[in-house]
Amino acid sequence: MFGDQAIAETDSDLTRQHACEPLGERIIVSGRVLDDRGRAVSNTLIEIWQANAAGRYSHSNDQHPAPIDPNFTGCGRTLTDASGNYKFVTIKPGAYPWLNHFNGWRPAHIHFSLFGRAFATRLITQMYFPGDPLFAYDPVFQSVPDESARQRLIANLDLEKTKPEWALGYRFDIVLRGRESTPFETT
Amino acid sequence: MNLLSTPSQTAGPYFHLGLTAKHSVTKIAGPKAKGERLRILFRVLDGNNEPVPDAMIEIWQADAEGKYRHPDDPQGKMEDPEFFGFGRLATDQNGICIFETIKPGFVPADDELSVQASHLNVSIFGRGILKRLATRLYFAEDLANDADPVLALVPDERRYTLFAQRVAEGECDWVLDIHLSGKDETVFFDV
Repeated sequence: MFGDQAIAETDSDLTRQHACEPLGERIIVSGRVLDDRGRAVSNTLIEIWQANAAGRYSHSNDQHPAPIDPNFTGCGRTLTDASGNYKFVTIKPGAYPWLNHFNGWRPAHIHFSLFGRAFATRLITQMYFPGDPLFAYDPVFQSVPDESARQRLIANLDLEKTKPEWALGYRFDIVLRGRESTPFETT
Repeated sequence: MNLLSTPSQTAGPYFHLGLTAKHSVTKIAGPKAKGERLRILFRVLDGNNEPVPDAMIEIWQADAEGKYRHPDDPQGKMEDPEFFGFGRLATDQNGICIFETIKPGFVPADDELSVQASHLNVSIFGRGILKRLATRLYFAEDLANDADPVLALVPDERRYTLFAQRVAEGECDWVLDIHLSGKDETVFFDV
C-alpha cells in the first residue's frame, strides 16, 4: 500500500547485487516484526541501508577516506512473511568517523525503515551489533535516554540462524506501535 | 501482552541510499485518478531559515472521495483504482521537493460525527531528526478548515503553520514551508 513494492530476490541479499561478492564479514540478519500486542506484522516493507565493511557509504556525500567497494551498494528491501519474519544477507558494516564532535565515531550499524499498518506505526531506526565498545561514546545511540530501550536496538548473535562454514546470524526483532491506530488517527 | 516498541533513530545523512535514490515514490495519483490535480511544493527550513538539503518528506492522503487506499479504512466507498495515496521524496539543495497529486476529499473524523477538511498527513525525516516529525498540510482558505476537529486542537495563532498557500503560476500550485524550529516552527503532532 505504500508505493511500488515490487521486490527482486537479490533485493534482500546485499552480497549478490554485483558481479562479485563484496569484501567483509558475511552475515545473516533476520527477525520478526511484531506490534506491541505481540501480533505479527505481515507483508510489511522493510528497507535497509548501511556502510561497507570499511565504514564507507556508497553515497556522494560520504567523504570518509576509506575504500569504496565496487561490489557493495549497501541497500536492501524485503517484505515480512505471514508470521512477520524477514531475512537479509549482507556484510557487517564498519565503524566510521563523523564530524559531529572531535574524534567522533559511529558504532557499526544498519539503518532500518518500516511502515507497519498505519501512519502512526512508521519507524526509522538503526540496528547495532552486540558488545560494541563505541556505544558509550555515540550520541546517536545515546539519544535514546532509557538503557533498556537502547538494548532493543542491539541485535543478538543467533547461532540457530548461523549457516555453518558460511555466515554468522544476528537476530533483530522489531516492535512497532499497535495497529489499533487507524491510518487516519494523527492526534 | 504489551511489548515495548523499538525506539526511533535518526535517518541520518545517507538515507537516499536506501530510500530515495531508487525508491522515491511519486505515483500518488495515477493520470486517471479522480480529483483536482495539484502540484504541492514543500520547503524544509531550519531554525535560521536556511533550507535543509537532506531531508525526506513522505505524504499519505485520502482519495478525492475521502477514502484511504488501505484495508483498514472502514468506509464502504468504492476505491479509486488509479489512486495510491503515498508519496516520498528527498529535498533538493534548496530544501524543496514537489509532489504531484490530487486534492483529497473529506475524511470522517474519529468521532464519526464530524468530517476532517482536505489534508495530507506529512512525515519529515533527516539528519539530526531523532524521531520522525509528523504534521498535516491543510489548504489555506478552505471553508471546511473551520470545522476540522484536528485543527481545532491547534492554538489559533499556530494554525497558519499548517496552511499551504496557493501560488498563481509557476512550478507548483500550493506551497508549504516546514520550519523545523524557530518562531515559525511548524506544529508537529504526537502520533
